Amino acid sequence: MEETNMDDCEQNRESEVAPALIAVHPTHQSVAVAVGSNLRVFNLQEGCSVSLVDDSGVHMHKDSIRAIRYGAEGKLFVSAGDDKLVKIWLTDSWRCISSVSSEKRVSAVAVSNDGRFVSFADKFGVIYAVEIEAFHENQSLPNKKAVPILAHYCSIITSLEFSPDGRYIISADRDFKIRVSVFPEKPSDGAHEIQSFCLGHTEFVSCAFICSKDSQQRYLLSGGGDSTVRLWDFTCGSLLDTCHIGPETGLSQSKGVDDSLLAVTDLCATRGGSLIAVAIQSLAGVVLLSCNLSARSLRFARVVPIPGETFIPTSIAAAYSSNQLWMVMGASTLCASDSAPLARVKVVDGFCDSNQDSVEHEMLVLEDKDIRGGEQLLQTLQGSSSIEKDALATAAEAVKTAMCNLLIKKQYPSENREFRKRGRNDKKVNKKK
Amino acid sequence: MGENPTHNKKTGLPRKRFYRARAHSNPLSDSHFPIPISPAEVDYSLHYPEMVKVDGSKKIQFADVGCGFGGLLIALAPLFPDTLMVGMELRDKVTEYVKERILGLRTTNPGQYQNVSVVRTNSMKYIPNYFGKGQLKKMFFLFPDPHFKEKNHRRRVISPFLLDEYAYVLAVGGIIYTITDVEELGEWMKSCLEEHPMFEPLTTEELEADQVVKLLSTATEEGQKVARNDGQTFRAVYRRIATH
Repeated sequence: MEETNMDDCEQNRESEVAPALIAVHPTHQSVAVAVGSNLRVFNLQEGCSVSLVDDSGVHMHKDSIRAIRYGAEGKLFVSAGDDKLVKIWLTDSWRCISSVSSEKRVSAVAVSNDGRFVSFADKFGVIYAVEIEAFHENQSLPNKKAVPILAHYCSIITSLEFSPDGRYIISADRDFKIRVSVFPEKPSDGAHEIQSFCLGHTEFVSCAFICSKDSQQRYLLSGGGDSTVRLWDFTCGSLLDTCHIGPETGLSQSKGVDDSLLAVTDLCATRGGSLIAVAIQSLAGVVLLSCNLSARSLRFARVVPIPGETFIPTSIAAAYSSNQLWMVMGASTLCASDSAPLARVKVVDGFCDSNQDSVEHEMLVLEDKDIRGGEQLLQTLQGSSSIEKDALATAAEAVKTAMCNLLIKKQYPSENREFRKRGRNDKKVNKKK
Repeated sequence: MGENPTHNKKTGLPRKRFYRARAHSNPLSDSHFPIPISPAEVDYSLHYPEMVKVDGSKKIQFADVGCGFGGLLIALAPLFPDTLMVGMELRDKVTEYVKERILGLRTTNPGQYQNVSVVRTNSMKYIPNYFGKGQLKKMFFLFPDPHFKEKNHRRRVISPFLLDEYAYVLAVGGIIYTITDVEELGEWMKSCLEEHPMFEPLTTEELEADQVVKLLSTATEEGQKVARNDGQTFRAVYRRIATH
C-alpha cells in the first residue's frame, strides 16, 4: 500500500523537472535560455551577457520557467512558468515592464505579431490575454490583470500561437486537440468564436508552429506524442499531410525502442517554411523535414546527428538572419535531487530555405569555439563552459520521464484500479453475481 | 437465442436494476474509452445500420448530452424519424442500458428507433471529436449534475467556456435546451446562455410552438421523478445566432 503512495510522490516530483528552453531574437540580436528559474540572456551584437533589470516591483522567477518567447518584431520578450508569473521584458534594455500574475501555473505563452497582445495558458486549460498599451522607455506598465478569453476543458495547454495576421489564436493540448479561435478585438470580449479544430493526433500535441510569418499563410505544423509531425490548413482544420518520424529515425527498429517514447518535443521552420527541424525524445540530433506548401506535402529529409556527447535537444529555435538553428538540452533538476540546473547549448549552421528541391545542402554542427560569442556565450547560457557527459544523459532521462508523467494519460491495470477505489465509501460489500 | 436474464421476458427490454450505477462520474479524470479522432471517424454504420443503408451521407443532428437512461431520445425518435440522434453518457453501465434499450425497441418495433443511438463519452472533453462545425440542430442538457460547491462549478456541463464549443457544433438557428429542478443551477445555466454573444432566448410563442419543449420535463426519468414529487423545474431554451 505504502509502496504505491511512494510511487505517486516520486512521480509528482519527477514531473516537476522542467526542460531547458531556448529562444532567439528575430534579427539575431540576442539569445535567451531558460533553465529552472534562471533566465539567461546573451547579447550577440555586443558579445556580452545581459543583466536583467526588474522594475515591475515583483520578484524574479522563483520556480521553473515553462515558456519563453520573443515578439515578432523583437521588441518584447515574455517568460512564464511554475511560479504563476508572466514577465514582459523590453529587449533593448532588458527591463521587465510588467509582471502579470496568473492563478495557476503557466504552460505556454504567445505574443501577437503586432506586439499588442500577450497571451498565456495555464495548466488547467484556461487561456488569458493582456493588452500591451504603448509604453515609454523609462516607464513601467502597471501590473495588469489578464482576462480569460477561452478554455480547453481541464486540459494542459502545451502550445499557443497567434496567426500571422493576428486574426486567430491557436492552442494545442494534452487531449490530442488543436483549437483555432477568432481573437477578439478586446480581450474582455472573450474568444467565443471557434474557427476550427485540427484533429488527427493520436496522442498529446506537444508543439505547434505557424509555417511562415507571411500574413497570407494559413498553414500550421504540429508535433506530438504520437511521433508525427502534421501539416494543417488551420482556417478549416483540414489535415494536409502527416509525417511519421519514428520509423524514419531508425531508432525504433535498431534498439527496440517503443514508438511512444519517440515523442516530438519541439519543432521550428526556416523563414520560408520549406525546411523543418524536429526535436525528438531519445534522438541525439534533429530530424529535418522538407515542406512544400504549394504541394501541401511534408517529407522526411534526413537526420542531422550531433557527434560527440549525448545531446538530445529539449528546445530548438531558428535564427533567420544567420541561417542557424539553436538548440539547448537541459533540465531544471536532475532526478529530483537538489543538483544545480543543467543546460548545454549547440548551434547548427546552414538552416535555411533551399533554392532548389535539393535538401542535401550542408548543415554543420558548430564546434563550441566557432559559435558566435564563443566561450563567453556558453559561460552565460550554460552557466558553465564545460559540462559532464554523464550529467547530460541523466538530464535527458529526467526530462523524458517528466514529460511522460505530465502529458501521457495514466493507465492503471485493472487490479490496480480496484485498489485505487479502496477509499470509496459507496461500494457494496456483498456484491451478488 | 438464449434468454437474457437482465432483460424483461415480456418486452425484451433491459431491466434497470441490472444496470445500477453511481449517480455521478468525475468529468475531470482521464478517460480510457475509445474516442473518435475526428468527426469523420465516427462509425455511423455501427450506430445506425439501417439508416446508413438508405442514405450514407446523413449526419447526426440531435445530441442529448448526459442522456442518462435515454428517456428523451426514445420519445424523440418517432417524432423525428428521419433525423439521426445520439445520446452521450459518461457512466458506462448507464450507456450499456440505453444501448440494450434501443436494441430491444428496434426488435419489438421493426423499422422504428433506427435513428437513435448512444455513445459512452465525456462530452465536456470530446464534443468536437464527434461533431463538425455547424452540424447539430438541437442539443439537450436535461437535469445535469448541479455541482453546488463553487470550486466544482467548473464541472458543470453548461459553462461560459463550454458554450463556445456548443456554439461551434450547432448550426446557426440551432437550439440548445436546458432544464433542471435545482433553482440555483437553473439560474446559472440561464445566465451563462444570456451572457454568451452567440445565443439568444426563444420567445414565449416560440417556446409554446415547439413540441420538443414539452418533452423536456415529461419524457425523461428525472423529469418524471420531479413531477411525482410535485417539484419545480427551471428551463432555459436558447438559439444559436450568427456572429457579425
